[in-house]
Amino acid sequence: MATGIRDKVVVLGMGCSKFGERWDRNAEDLMVEAFEECLQDAGIGRNQIEAAWFGTAIEEQHVGKSGVPLAMTLRLPYIPVTRVENYCATGTEAFRGAVYAVASGAVDIAFALGVEKLKDTGYGGLPQRGRGGLNNFYWANISAPGSFAQLAAAYRAKHRVDPGDLKRAMAHISVKSHDNGAKNPKAHLRNRITEQDVLNAPMIAEPLGLYDCCGVSDGSACAIVTTPDIARGLGKKDLVAVKALQLAVSNGQEAQFDGWDGSYLATTRAAAQRAYKEAGIEHPRKRVSLFDVHDCFSVTELVTMEDLGISEEGKAIADVLDGFYDASGKIPCQIDGGLKCFGHPIGASGLRMIYEMYLQLQGRAGERQHADPVLGMTHNLGGFPSQNVSSVTIVGRYGA
Amino acid sequence: MSDDLGILSCGAYLPRLRLQRKSIAAANTWFAPALRGLARGERAMANWDEDAVTMATEAARDCLAGRDRASFGRLMLASTTHPYDDRQNAGIVANALNLASALAVLDVSGSLRAGSSALANALASAADGQTLVTAAEHRLAKAGSPQEMHYGDGAAAILVGRGRPIARLVAAHSETVDFVDHFRGHDAEHDYAWEERWIRDEGYLKIVPRAIAALLKKAGMAADAVTQLCMPCTLSRVGATLAMRAGIPGGAVRDTLASVCGDTGAAHPLLLLAHALEEAKPGDRILVAAFGQGCDALLFEATDAIATPAPCRGVKGALARRKEESNYMKFLAFNDQVALERGMRAETDKATPLSTLYRNRDMVTGLVGGRCRACGTPQFPSGRYCVNPRCNALDSQDARPFSDVPASVMSYTADALTYSPDPPHYYGMVQFDGGGRMMADFTDVDDGKVEVGMPMRMMFRVKEYDPARGFVRYFWKAAPA
Repeated sequence: MATGIRDKVVVLGMGCSKFGERWDRNAEDLMVEAFEECLQDAGIGRNQIEAAWFGTAIEEQHVGKSGVPLAMTLRLPYIPVTRVENYCATGTEAFRGAVYAVASGAVDIAFALGVEKLKDTGYGGLPQRGRGGLNNFYWANISAPGSFAQLAAAYRAKHRVDPGDLKRAMAHISVKSHDNGAKNPKAHLRNRITEQDVLNAPMIAEPLGLYDCCGVSDGSACAIVTTPDIARGLGKKDLVAVKALQLAVSNGQEAQFDGWDGSYLATTRAAAQRAYKEAGIEHPRKRVSLFDVHDCFSVTELVTMEDLGISEEGKAIADVLDGFYDASGKIPCQIDGGLKCFGHPIGASGLRMIYEMYLQLQGRAGERQHADPVLGMTHNLGGFPSQNVSSVTIVGRYGA
Repeated sequence: MSDDLGILSCGAYLPRLRLQRKSIAAANTWFAPALRGLARGERAMANWDEDAVTMATEAARDCLAGRDRASFGRLMLASTTHPYDDRQNAGIVANALNLASALAVLDVSGSLRAGSSALANALASAADGQTLVTAAEHRLAKAGSPQEMHYGDGAAAILVGRGRPIARLVAAHSETVDFVDHFRGHDAEHDYAWEERWIRDEGYLKIVPRAIAALLKKAGMAADAVTQLCMPCTLSRVGATLAMRAGIPGGAVRDTLASVCGDTGAAHPLLLLAHALEEAKPGDRILVAAFGQGCDALLFEATDAIATPAPCRGVKGALARRKEESNYMKFLAFNDQVALERGMRAETDKATPLSTLYRNRDMVTGLVGGRCRACGTPQFPSGRYCVNPRCNALDSQDARPFSDVPASVMSYTADALTYSPDPPHYYGMVQFDGGGRMMADFTDVDDGKVEVGMPMRMMFRVKEYDPARGFVRYFWKAAPA
C-alpha cells in the first residue's frame, strides 16, 4: 500500500537565477547562475550528485533536446540525466523525478534543474510554434492568453458575474503581484502599478489586458534533494520537506465530453484533493501558510484559488477584493511576485515557486518574509483550460 | 426531355462581407477618376479564408439541404479561379460534403462559360443519373481597375437529374467564338481586358442574339413566350438591348445583381438562374444566356413543383446574410494585393504532411467524429477509446459528421496576440447540440458581438495558406448561425 511522499525527502539546497530579459546571457549562463547558488547552499560538490532531471519546455529556442545540455554545461560526472517536458509543469516535473529517485532509495542525492531562454524570438509573448502532427490540422489558432481568457467568459456566464466586477478583481490580483515583485531583487518586473493601469492597458485577448498577463522571461532554478537523515548528517537544520507531489493530466473529458463548463480547471481540482490527502491536510484554508500558484493570467489565479478549495466556488472575487491573498492578508498568494512579476521561464517556473517556499520556510526571504510559515503550496498549469497538465506541490517544515 | 428530368434543387452562397464601391472609388479616383461613375452599390467580398472551393461547398450544402447526399453520382466544380491547377478541386468539395468515393467528379474551367457549360452537360446526361453542378469564383483585380468594381465573389449549386424537377430544360444551344474580350494567361494574377464598347458591340450584341435565335428555333418557341431573361453582364443596358432586339418582353429582363453582389464570373449564370427559380411561378420560361468566347443559351420551364418551398437559403438568403465593409485596405489585404507587415508570428512554416491529411481526411475535410455504439456519446475527434469516462470502450464508434449539427458558444475570446489576417481572432469552445464539442476558430463574427450561448453553424473554410509551396489547407470553423 503506497504511503505517499510526505516527509520522505528534504531539500538540501536550492538556487535561482535572476529572471528577466537576460539579453547578455545564454541559457547555459542562467543554468550556471542557479547551480552555483544551489551547490553553495547545499554545501556539497557536483560529484556527490547521483542523478539529475533537466526541465525545458521550448528547447528548440535555446539548448536543444535531451539531458546532454545539462551534463555538458554543469560538467556532471557521467550520471543519469533525464530531460523532461510537461508544458508549464516542466520544472515541477524535474523536481518530482529527483524527489522520487531519492524516495525510492535508488540514490541518496538527486538534482533537478529547469531553464528557459524565451527572449530570443524577436517579438513579445511566447514563441510561436507548431502543435504537432494532426493537431495542426484541427486545433484552433489559439494562443496562451486566448485560451485562458475563455475561463473568464465561462466563469462570468456560470456565476452571472458582471464583466466589470471580474475585471476589477483581476486587476487587484495583478496590482498585488506587482507590489510583491517590487520587493524581490530576482524578479523580472519590479514596478508597482495601479488598478487603473490594469483597466486601461491594451487588450491582449479579451478580457485579458497587458497587465493581466505574466512576464515572458529568461531564467533558471534548481534544487538538490536528499533524505532527512543525510541532510542532518550534512549538518542541516530547519529541514524543508516535501509533503505532496501531485499531477493531473487532461484525458479529453473537458475538451471532448460534455460535463465540463469551461469555468474551472478539472485537473487542478483532482491534483489538489490528492495533494491534501498525501500531505495529511484536512482544512487547507486554515493550514496552508503561503501559495505560489500558476498565475500565467490574472483570471487563472482567481479560478485556481477556487480549484484548490481555498475560496468557495463563485466566491474568489470576494476573497481577492477583501485582500485575503495580499501579502498582508490571511494567506498570501504570489508573495515573490508570481509568474506575473517574478517572471515565467517555463521550464524553471515550478522550481522557482518551490525556491520561494524554501526561502520563506527557512526565514531567508528578506524584505518579503512572511511571519512563521509552516506549509507552502505551489501549483502549475500548462496547456489550455480544456486540455492541460496541472501539478500541485506542498512543502513544509519537516515533521509538521 | 421526359417530365421527371430537370433541375431538382438550387443553392447559393455569397461571402458575408459587401465591399462598398464608394470605398473603392474613394481610394482610387485620384488616379482613375472614371471609377466615380461606377461607385454605386456593393460587391460581395470573400473573407480571407474563403476561396472557390469553400464557397462551392457552402452553395452545395445549401442546395442539398434536406436531401439524401447519396442520390447523385457526379459532382462538377466550375470556376476560373480553382485554388489548384493540379489537385481535383471538386474532390475537396466532395470530401467536405462527406460523399462516398464512388463518385465521378470534374473540374470545369477555361472561360466564364464554365458554369453554364457544366450545367448544360449535366442536363444533357440527366437521364444517366443525378449531377451536382457547383460553380464558384474568387477573381482578383488590380487596384483601381473597373474589374475591381464589377467583380463579386460567390457560388451557386444546381442539382440536376431524375426526380421531381422544379424546372425542366426545354432546349440548349451553344455558340463558340474565339472573341477575346478579356483573358488571364498562365500564372497571371489579373485579367487583361479590351475596350468595353467593342466588347458590347462586337461581342454581346452579335454573338448572344445568334445563340438566342438558334435556341428559340430548337425550342419551337416564340421570343415573346420567354418570361425571364438571365443575362449576366456588367455593361449597362446590354440585357435590355438584347431583349429588345430578340423580341423578348422588356419586363422579362432580370436584375443582374450587379448592385448587390457584383459579377461572380463562372458562377453568375447559375446564380442568376437560381435567383430566377426562387421567384418563378409554374410555367415561367427562363432563358439563361452566358457569354464568354461564345455563348451558352439554356431555356427552362418551371414546373408545378416550383410552388413547394425548398429548405434552402438560396440567393435571397445569401443576399440577406450581409455585412457592409467600407475598409478598402482590408479588401486589398485579404486578397494579398498589398505588402502588409503581418509580423513575425505570421512567418511560421505551414507545411502540410500529405500522408497525415490523407489518413485523417474524413475528420479534417469532412468534420467527421464518432458516436459510441456502447454508450451513445458523440465526440470529436473520434478516438480509439470512447471519451465517456464511464464507458471508454475500444473501437466502438461509428462515423458521425458534425458539419451540419447546430452548435453554441461555450467559451470564447477575441485574441489580439495570435496571428490572424483579420485580428482580433475570435475562437472558443463550441458545444454541439446532442453532444460533442470542439475548440474552434470562429469566422464571420462581428467584433464585440460574441457571447456565451450564441448559436453557431460550422462552415468549411481555409485554415492555412502555405505560400512556400502553394498549398491550401482547409478545415471547419464556427460562424454565427
